[in-house]
Amino acid sequence: MATRGKLLFVVAAFVLLAAYPYVAGQFGVDLVTKIMIYAIFALSLELLVGTTGLVCFGHAALFGIGAYATVLLSPENDAAGLWWLLPACVMAAAAYALFMGALSLRTKGVYFIMVTLAFAQMAYYVIHDTKIGGGTDGIYLNVKPVLKVGGSTLIGLNDAGSFYAFTWVMLLLVFGLLALLLRSRFGRALAGIKANEQRMRATGFSTYPYKLAAFTISGAIAGLAGFLFAVKDGVVNPELLSWHFSGAVLIMIILGGLGHLRGALIGAFAFALLQEFFQSEAVFGAFAKHWLLGLGLTIIASVALLPRGLVGVPDQVRERLLGNQRDRRSTTEHSDERT
Amino acid sequence: MDFATFLIQCLNSLQYGLLLFLVASGLTLIFGIMGVINLAHGSFYMIGAYMAYALAPLVASTFGGGFFATLFVGLVLAVILGYVLEWAFFSFLYEREHLQQVLMTYGLILVFEELRSLIVGDDVYGVKAPDWLAGTIPLGEMMTYPVYRLFISGVCLALALGMWLVLTRTRLGMMIRAGATNREMVQSLGIDIKFLYRAVFAAGVAIAVFAGMVAAPVSSVYPGMGNQVLIICFVVVVIGGIGSIRGALVAALLIGVVDTFGKVVFPQAAGVLVYVLMALILLWKPDGLFKAG
Repeated sequence: MATRGKLLFVVAAFVLLAAYPYVAGQFGVDLVTKIMIYAIFALSLELLVGTTGLVCFGHAALFGIGAYATVLLSPENDAAGLWWLLPACVMAAAAYALFMGALSLRTKGVYFIMVTLAFAQMAYYVIHDTKIGGGTDGIYLNVKPVLKVGGSTLIGLNDAGSFYAFTWVMLLLVFGLLALLLRSRFGRALAGIKANEQRMRATGFSTYPYKLAAFTISGAIAGLAGFLFAVKDGVVNPELLSWHFSGAVLIMIILGGLGHLRGALIGAFAFALLQEFFQSEAVFGAFAKHWLLGLGLTIIASVALLPRGLVGVPDQVRERLLGNQRDRRSTTEHSDERT
Repeated sequence: MDFATFLIQCLNSLQYGLLLFLVASGLTLIFGIMGVINLAHGSFYMIGAYMAYALAPLVASTFGGGFFATLFVGLVLAVILGYVLEWAFFSFLYEREHLQQVLMTYGLILVFEELRSLIVGDDVYGVKAPDWLAGTIPLGEMMTYPVYRLFISGVCLALALGMWLVLTRTRLGMMIRAGATNREMVQSLGIDIKFLYRAVFAAGVAIAVFAGMVAAPVSSVYPGMGNQVLIICFVVVVIGGIGSIRGALVAALLIGVVDTFGKVVFPQAAGVLVYVLMALILLWKPDGLFKAG
């Protein structure tokens, strides 16, 4: 897609999201809030997997740490100040990411995947088997945080509408931040590491600090998503740290299309909406209980038919259409242009 | 811990470790040779366990029954399943990125789980061990040990030995080992790589299914059992070094010991021990204990 097309798509997506609460009911607002949180989480992983080429299979731990920090740091019967709680939760996740990244970045490829899983499982079992996080039942957030200036509430997150707006702003900020980051020298270095780490080192980049920085930033953003999730539901449980969730977010970004920020956005929406669709009893009746079957078959079909993910669909369609009109040679030229 | 308890835990570790080895050996071969990350491998274990439960009455009514008849029928079905799956879902994945394979096999997990739920249901089932293996043998003065668990260890050992013989003493084994070391070279030597892939995949599936079938009487049969095994088996494969059968055996036994004794000695931290072990080993040796190739 041309640059202008990309920009147009992203702007249109954010405008639509901003307008959505004015037309949707409570259920819809709640659902899209959840999906926007997933999208933030997916964007954080995209920075690692799609941009830097580091496949992290333990990202849910960072999300979960952000979520648990929100509940554990909040006073029991009083609203916490948003101005310190949000940064504190983000820092907590970033700190674990720094620790996890510092050690796991010693390994590569599949070994890296498994070491990140190992660190995530450690966090999972600490939360799951000890008393600090309420064990398997999880714990409740009694009062949601607020931002007060001089006694008047500036940002309250209690009603669904204002929380939706807050999440929207956060999504926009994360998207903008990552887009800027990728254009910077730092982002170029990450792309270089993905393409050929050895060559990057040969050209004088010490790649380890770059990768560690990417991992930590990614962890911080995952922590932000966790914070939002905990505030939205008012409850956290160990499943937020489980490898199933790490897997699900990985699936989101692959489904959307790796290597593009909007792929993470599209993937989060596609995954959550597919899930919602196959779970809907209005469409499938009693069969909705077996919703994973539909999701699984759709995923398999998407791998077979859409090798570049959902992001690649317009290109695929265009190639198909042009392929019918032009001769073979120009089609290959076109695909060269794309890469 | 007295000596008899210690002995029992040792036997349990051995049995668990060998079972893990069976599932992980297929995973490591498929990974090492075809370069496919097969998340659906745990599902084959699950399918095996459910076969042991669901096939037994069917086999009893057609062939007169018996545990071994069920095992045999299950194995034949597993080879067919592996062959067809490789042809339908995996043969076009080899050229794709690893993450595309992850996505595909994740989809397969969901499909298998739901098909299982549709066909057999979501309840937990017990599977009976054959009568002549159902007894126990005395250990020490107070303790006894179930014969069936010894039987599992024996069968797994025999299978591991068989696998070792095939891999090191036959022409097919030679091709498989060569494939794990250098795929392109094997292809350029004129070996039918497509057939080799299909054979290895079918064998891997069959071994995992077999492991599930023999494990069913001790573990019982429950939804989600495949996922649990899958993650532990990945741990085994990675600790042992990807593509290395020997590494998988050592790692599986190690995990068996750590997990079994962990549950007895540190029950609070049992779950986490395996992952701590993996992290430590990979930080010490980033390519696993026995890297193939």
